Amino acid sequence: MSAVPPLPKWADIFLLPVINLLAAFVVCGLIVLAIGENPLTALGVMVKGAFVYPGSLGYTLYYTTNFIFTGLAVAVAFHAMMFNIGGEGQAYIGGLGAGLASLWLAPFLPALLVLPLAVAGAALFGATWGFVPGYLQARRGSHIVITTIMFNFIAASIMVWLLAGPLIQAGQMSPQTPKFEASGQLPSFQALVGVFGFDTASSPLNMSFLIALAALFAVWVLIWRTRLGYEIRTVGQNPDAAHYAGINVPRVIIITLAISGALAGLMATNEVLGVQHRVVLNFTAGYGFTGIAVALMGRNHPVGIFLASLLFGALYQGGAELDFEFQSITREMVLLIQGMIILFSGALAYMFNPPLARLIAALTRKREAAHV
Amino acid sequence: MSDFAFQLLLTFDATLRLATPLILCAMAGIFSERSGVIDISLEGKMLASAFAAAAVASLAGSPWLGVLAAIGVSVILALVHGFACITHRGNQVVSGLAINILASGLTVTVGIALFRQGGQTPPLASAERFRPIQWWFADGLDKVPVAGAIYRELISGHNELVYIALATVPISAFVLYKTRFGLRLRAVGEMPKAVDCAGISVNWLRYRAVIIAGVLCGLAGAYLSTGQGAGFVREMSAGKGYIALAAVIFGKWRPVYALLACLMFGFLEAGASRLQGIDLPLIGEVPVQLVLALPYIMTVLLLAGFIGRASPPAAIGEPYVK
Repeated sequence: MSAVPPLPKWADIFLLPVINLLAAFVVCGLIVLAIGENPLTALGVMVKGAFVYPGSLGYTLYYTTNFIFTGLAVAVAFHAMMFNIGGEGQAYIGGLGAGLASLWLAPFLPALLVLPLAVAGAALFGATWGFVPGYLQARRGSHIVITTIMFNFIAASIMVWLLAGPLIQAGQMSPQTPKFEASGQLPSFQALVGVFGFDTASSPLNMSFLIALAALFAVWVLIWRTRLGYEIRTVGQNPDAAHYAGINVPRVIIITLAISGALAGLMATNEVLGVQHRVVLNFTAGYGFTGIAVALMGRNHPVGIFLASLLFGALYQGGAELDFEFQSITREMVLLIQGMIILFSGALAYMFNPPLARLIAALTRKREAAHV
Repeated sequence: MSDFAFQLLLTFDATLRLATPLILCAMAGIFSERSGVIDISLEGKMLASAFAAAAVASLAGSPWLGVLAAIGVSVILALVHGFACITHRGNQVVSGLAINILASGLTVTVGIALFRQGGQTPPLASAERFRPIQWWFADGLDKVPVAGAIYRELISGHNELVYIALATVPISAFVLYKTRFGLRLRAVGEMPKAVDCAGISVNWLRYRAVIIAGVLCGLAGAYLSTGQGAGFVREMSAGKGYIALAAVIFGKWRPVYALLACLMFGFLEAGASRLQGIDLPLIGEVPVQLVLALPYIMTVLLLAGFIGRASPPAAIGEPYVK
């Protein structure tokens, strides 16, 4: 095998993700074609559904909020070369933390006190659900992937048991908690901008979007501007070197997983505190797994994660539109696209790398030759 | 025979039926992981093949054609996994996850396109499914105490796929431990360099391992939709692939131990559904959900070394670079 020339940085950061994304869309387009529908029409419907109709942008950004949190959770763990596949469970347990705080405190305290505590509850509970697998990986040698998978199922079992049992709304059959009092609900975006006299279409977008933006910035600071972030990256690059440099590797792994869990847990601020105003069954709906696709596409960088979250937010909202416009394609199409994106920009990430690098190297050589 | 003993017998009978897909998937996981390729896509392969089996059985009217289709689809997904992880040295967990999500999306999308029933297949008629086989004298031996009932309920009266699943265990053990191929397969999961130095292709060995895993997952999927159930329902694998993965770990990557783990997990599931809503002395009402979480909890405890020790193949998860 001949040596592959290194890929220029711009191509690595921009071109390669775009090519991987295109490959995923092309394969999905072929599947749509095989089903007997026009993929371009479907794409048009999705774009319109995600951005054009009144209120659709709000819906898109509401989904984006979820993906920012779960994407950041996966990304922070990735920096320490830990694969946290447990975002789903961490977000679910995070919802319990937020829900308990709102349920118990909202009747007695004003929103100004309840909401920060509920947000902290989401982060704390999520962090706990990340901390334990982190501890088991760092101190007991359990594989983080397997433990976090198992923790997803354990979380689901606990939540079904709690929501159908101790926490169920009295006199109700459906497994969910009672609705929170008003002071336990995050204000909607519509209400927020309404204060300043702006009128916007109704959508589930709420204040948690601002928390998500703050989380993006906080993760950037953490990873690239703090001592801990430096330690996380060092452990990820080379745990042995980190150890010899005096970094307490197990401690860094445990802290990283706790932070990762906290970020996933914060997803509940959107779903539980901002939209449902109660803890419902399966409110995580796979968003935790989508976080993996988001982190892979966004190259574990907050800017990339924001863009990837926006893409997935648009896909989810646009995908819902497919249900209305087509007989034979539905929002499950989005799962297909998501799977393809994970396949191409994750598992097959290196496939297009060598040919692209050779092509660019050949082109630059030609241009240099022309200059001489 | 006392009522309690008979109830227990029925629970064992249900255990065997619930453990069948777990056994097939666990053997699949053992082949793949023993060769060094992590396989969290057991779930996705089983789901996709469950759909393929039901769809083809429904369209062609034969459950055996359904099995063939199931194996075909599952092997294709296994090859995608192999292409990503073996040929392109991609992350095996990411690839497995992609396959699971793809299977979720594909089954419903293709299901709606084919049948327009919200992602399900039409309910299968009796001739399109695997039916329980009554063994010889199952009724004649009824008068024999204990053994007669065991023979009739537990040994006789399952469908072909249950017996095939049970047969895969000794076959897998034989292949892994008594054949040259098995020795090489285990070696490639422990130290691929040694296998490479002996002049044997690491990649081809691993490809064969993931293909075998594909075949076994295909059988598991076919069992779900044409043996246990009568048609495909959305997300019908419902985490069974992950329980099988837990059984692989619990069985320390060995066929017979994994079989025991599958039977134990199957028994927990069968027992939990029987305990639903029943007040036991001392304990009170059993929280069924928590009983169902026991396989996951036990696997976590085992992996952490609190109950015994499970050490995975040494080279698992590492792509081989020459």
